[in-house]
Amino acid sequence: MRTSLRLGAATALTLLITASAAYAENIKIAYIDPLSGPFAATGTNGLHQYEFAAEKLVNEEGGVLGGMNFEIVAFDNKISPKESLIQLQVAIDQGIRYIVQGNSSGVANALTDAIEKHNRRNPDNRVLFLNYSAVDPALTNDKCNFWHFRFDAHADIKMDALTDVIAENEDIKKVYIIGQDYSFGKAVAAAAVSFLGEKRPDIEIVGNELHPIGKVKDFTPYARKVTASEADAVITGNWGADMLGLGKSIIENGFDGPIYTYYAAADGITAAFGESGKGTLKLVAEGGDNPPDKEKAQEYIRAFKEKYPDGNLSQSRITNVVEMLAQAINEAGTADDVVAVANKLEGMTFSDGLWSGELYMRPQDHQLIQDVHIYGHTDVEAPFDFDNSGYGLKIEDTITNASADIDTTCEMERP
Amino acid sequence: MTDDITTDPTRPSQRMRAGSMVIGKLPWILAALFLIILPVIFPSNSAITIMNQMSITMVFALAYNMLLGQGGMLSFGHAVYMGVGGFACVHLMNVAGFFDYLPLPFLPLFGGLGGMALAIIVGSFSTRSAGTIFAMISLGIGELVAACSVIIVVFFGGEEGVSADRTLGMPFFGIEFLYQREVYYLIAFWLLLSAILMYLFSRTPMGRMANAVRDNPERAEFLGYSSRWVRFYSFVVSGFFAGVAGGLFAINYEILTEENLNLTTSGTILLVTFLGGVGHFFGPIIGTVVFTLVQTVLSLETELWGFYAGLLFLATVMFFPGGIAGLIMMHAPAIRLGKAGRLIMPYLICFVPAFFAVLGVAALIEMVFHVRHASVGDEEMSLYWMTFDSHALLPWVVAVAVTAVALALTRRAAPALRAAWNDANTPEGGSA
Amino acid sequence: MELIFVNLIDGLVTGLLLFMLSAGLTLIFSMMGVLNFAHASFYMLGAYFGYQISLYTGFWGGLVLAPIIVGVAGAGVERYGLRRVHQYGHVPELIFTFGLALLIEEIVQFIWGKNQVSYGIPEVLQFTAFSIAGNSIPAYKVFMIFISVAIFLGLLYVLTRTRIGMIIQAALSYPKTVEALGHNVPLVFMGVFGAGTALAGVAGVIAGPVLGTFPGMAFVLGSIIFVTIVIGGLGSLWGALIASLLIGWITTFAKSYNLEMADLLTALGFEKPEPIWDSAWRDLWTVTSPQIADILPYMLMVLILIFRPRGLFGKRDV
Repeated sequence: MRTSLRLGAATALTLLITASAAYAENIKIAYIDPLSGPFAATGTNGLHQYEFAAEKLVNEEGGVLGGMNFEIVAFDNKISPKESLIQLQVAIDQGIRYIVQGNSSGVANALTDAIEKHNRRNPDNRVLFLNYSAVDPALTNDKCNFWHFRFDAHADIKMDALTDVIAENEDIKKVYIIGQDYSFGKAVAAAAVSFLGEKRPDIEIVGNELHPIGKVKDFTPYARKVTASEADAVITGNWGADMLGLGKSIIENGFDGPIYTYYAAADGITAAFGESGKGTLKLVAEGGDNPPDKEKAQEYIRAFKEKYPDGNLSQSRITNVVEMLAQAINEAGTADDVVAVANKLEGMTFSDGLWSGELYMRPQDHQLIQDVHIYGHTDVEAPFDFDNSGYGLKIEDTITNASADIDTTCEMERP
Repeated sequence: MTDDITTDPTRPSQRMRAGSMVIGKLPWILAALFLIILPVIFPSNSAITIMNQMSITMVFALAYNMLLGQGGMLSFGHAVYMGVGGFACVHLMNVAGFFDYLPLPFLPLFGGLGGMALAIIVGSFSTRSAGTIFAMISLGIGELVAACSVIIVVFFGGEEGVSADRTLGMPFFGIEFLYQREVYYLIAFWLLLSAILMYLFSRTPMGRMANAVRDNPERAEFLGYSSRWVRFYSFVVSGFFAGVAGGLFAINYEILTEENLNLTTSGTILLVTFLGGVGHFFGPIIGTVVFTLVQTVLSLETELWGFYAGLLFLATVMFFPGGIAGLIMMHAPAIRLGKAGRLIMPYLICFVPAFFAVLGVAALIEMVFHVRHASVGDEEMSLYWMTFDSHALLPWVVAVAVTAVALALTRRAAPALRAAWNDANTPEGGSA
Repeated sequence: MELIFVNLIDGLVTGLLLFMLSAGLTLIFSMMGVLNFAHASFYMLGAYFGYQISLYTGFWGGLVLAPIIVGVAGAGVERYGLRRVHQYGHVPELIFTFGLALLIEEIVQFIWGKNQVSYGIPEVLQFTAFSIAGNSIPAYKVFMIFISVAIFLGLLYVLTRTRIGMIIQAALSYPKTVEALGHNVPLVFMGVFGAGTALAGVAGVIAGPVLGTFPGMAFVLGSIIFVTIVIGGLGSLWGALIASLLIGWITTFAKSYNLEMADLLTALGFEKPEPIWDSAWRDLWTVTSPQIADILPYMLMVLILIFRPRGLFGKRDV
């Protein structure tokens, strides 16, 4: 546990400043995500997955560059952009060259902007930003930069995959789109409308609305509207408590068609849906099946659950980040020159990872191209379930190398 | 001890009385020198970042205290004025034709004007009465503006906010503000300037009347002052300085988001100000230093920082309603009597064990938390640079023993401290 | 037409839940002059205690025991915390409850963790009571309505028909006189605070299973209950009831019907700028009622405070 409580403000400040000298032999990766506050559960679970991945996949395999270890250093950003920028500065001062972050596109936008400015102004200690989960398409389009790499499929790619599946389902005639009122919710809605219009112009969009994010106490009125519209399927980008509230209300109100979502698993949500979500909740994500195809991955999950019985191995992209970074550092022969590492990372194809399928870091925009799956919420035997509930995700459809040719507006400036 | 600050329980405002102490020129000069050498003592970028954050919060907290401490107006939505000032600045920074001709150090002025403009609009109806009506209107407006920030994307940029680049401004004597240190001096300058101006405002007849209206609006009315307009002017001036803080935020972080407007930020500034002490001009400054260290430094060390911050805050409200500044100023009589020296030994005898008692209790809390929430098999925890097994008996025995002994010592020393306190506050030969 | 009826029921459930919280809050405020910022935190404690007890005794044990525990905790807070701060005045009291709310959230995370706990509705009530035009009304909602109405009637009876109620009513207006008559006013204060928080606890126990039991649940509900009592008029039980129902229905209907700002603006004679995505006013034109449903109560509150500071049913200014 990293909890070493040091009281005394002056001591702490001095320590903070001198801490940079210690542990020079490790390659440190700053994990900047919420560890306190309402999103702490997700952040803490992600941290465990990083620590576990660094330990199992890199350090126990002999490290990188002939014996250097990965060390994950946690920074609590309280999901606040301001606090993230402060912690970024602290991380850079400690000599950290690699930043990973994923929760909230708002934070990711602030970080990528700040890192781009920092690298321009301080060419001596540049850093890389490995974004493992923020899916705002703009990050690899208008706002792309050389220092940012995204390991998750972005919102449009996922919607592309989702609508491929919807398009094949002849039973779906009417679709209801509902989401949180902010950039991601709007992006999901816009992508759904445009892709559906392209692939299945006959589908009628019977509802397209936004609700305030994190403020709705009771979703029943929205659920009534969904029922009243006689929709065959619902598409939503909701996450967290908003996903749970919306999904539960819709199901309780007697809706039995599919609810297509982005984030409706783990962190207590799978357990809370339980039996009621079966056959209804469909999730679009990257990663492996449950149980995964490779024996190695099954072992990995078992070991993880042994160490963190209450945790979930819910973000398979985290292992991709760790493994691909290790390979890039090894190929570049240095961990200090981030430009060399970035050059190895872009254009990398990686296929012997933990999960099946091939990964390709597209050089034009630093977007990882990978298989995207549509999962169904159903019974899954332990330890491959989520929240120890006996329920989990199983692959129902797979889009190989999803959206490999999707357009990007990125005009990357290279150093 | 609290009785010293609360002269009359039926008149709460007594406790909030602004310090009668007049600050001369010397403290300001010392403060300026201190601000100048600070980056030399702490040269690293992260220390400077934290100091920048502190300075910005100080300006904001001082502005907030103009309302709470001097005007007796409790606002639950003051972040809105800082936020709007900041957003105004970010948008100005993005207007290429304008920003090219504006040296960056003048930018906060526009932030102030932005905050002030909003304060004029809101103040025109919210300052008609003080007390609960004012507090609830501020809460409502705060919630409305925060909600608008995700709806009105044109101005607030949605949840990802609006960003800008400070280096695009006109170079100021060749300085482009590429580095944190240059930004630090800009912010420090504005901090000093704002603090001096706010202090001078509290000395004007207007500032005095704010105190009078806070303490007894009826009497102020009889004297011929409209308490409403006095509140309005305080509110507008406070909005201006909050906007300046917003402008400084825009310069330092180069981004403003929904977070700058929401109720959490408004609540935090209330906490900061009250922790430092609303009754004294320098109270919010102390509160800012303490709170920023807790939030930024302690949170690196423990997940439970919010828990400790909450405890600290509650203890302050319950036992030292004058805040930390009030606690310091309690010693003024003893110093004036020249007997402060007599307190040092009793303080040491009492507070050294008390310090260890606090550490011991914190250790127990951390250990309970570790046993409850750490992953299975991870029985090793480190605390105070010691690493041990949280599931073994020994560390628990040690922690409990240290806490118990320290508490006992503190208790035993308390009567002597009380006696010393009474002695130090009693004029020679007089009775208490 | 059927949808209107369904919405009326949904709004009623939301409104009555709000009422259970605001009833206690308004009593506490009118008696002690304290806006209890931690009120929603006691609601959260109710949900968590209900969850914890339900693990051993099932839901019904939690429904009985949890509010009692919350009430005792509330009385303890009044006795050992608020009473001490009371001497410093109202602002520190308010700030005290504000800090308490933060602390309770931290304590809840400390004990139960940060995830949502799986607190579900009891199996006896897991069926559909009736349906209207394909919309099912779960039995649990009917149960919630009955509990809230029973509590309202009980409160009304205690406050207007019993001796203790008379003392409370008198202490509301003339605390000094009541004290002079030999009643122990501090005890009455403690009792009212305990009872008010216990009511919040009841609300937590029955709302936890439907609205989710997680550390942020107090924050979500936090300020809306102030809005309720301010709109209703401080100290008025009827005001709290009417305002709660009003808010329940306003938000439900605003969510259910897509009223668009564009229609309103056109009706007012404005012309829609074209193309809309390029206009500085695009966000205003595209606002719909579900987007702003949950902030409507705040607008209402600000308007009421400006034009009728005593609220709908209040006898004196806030």
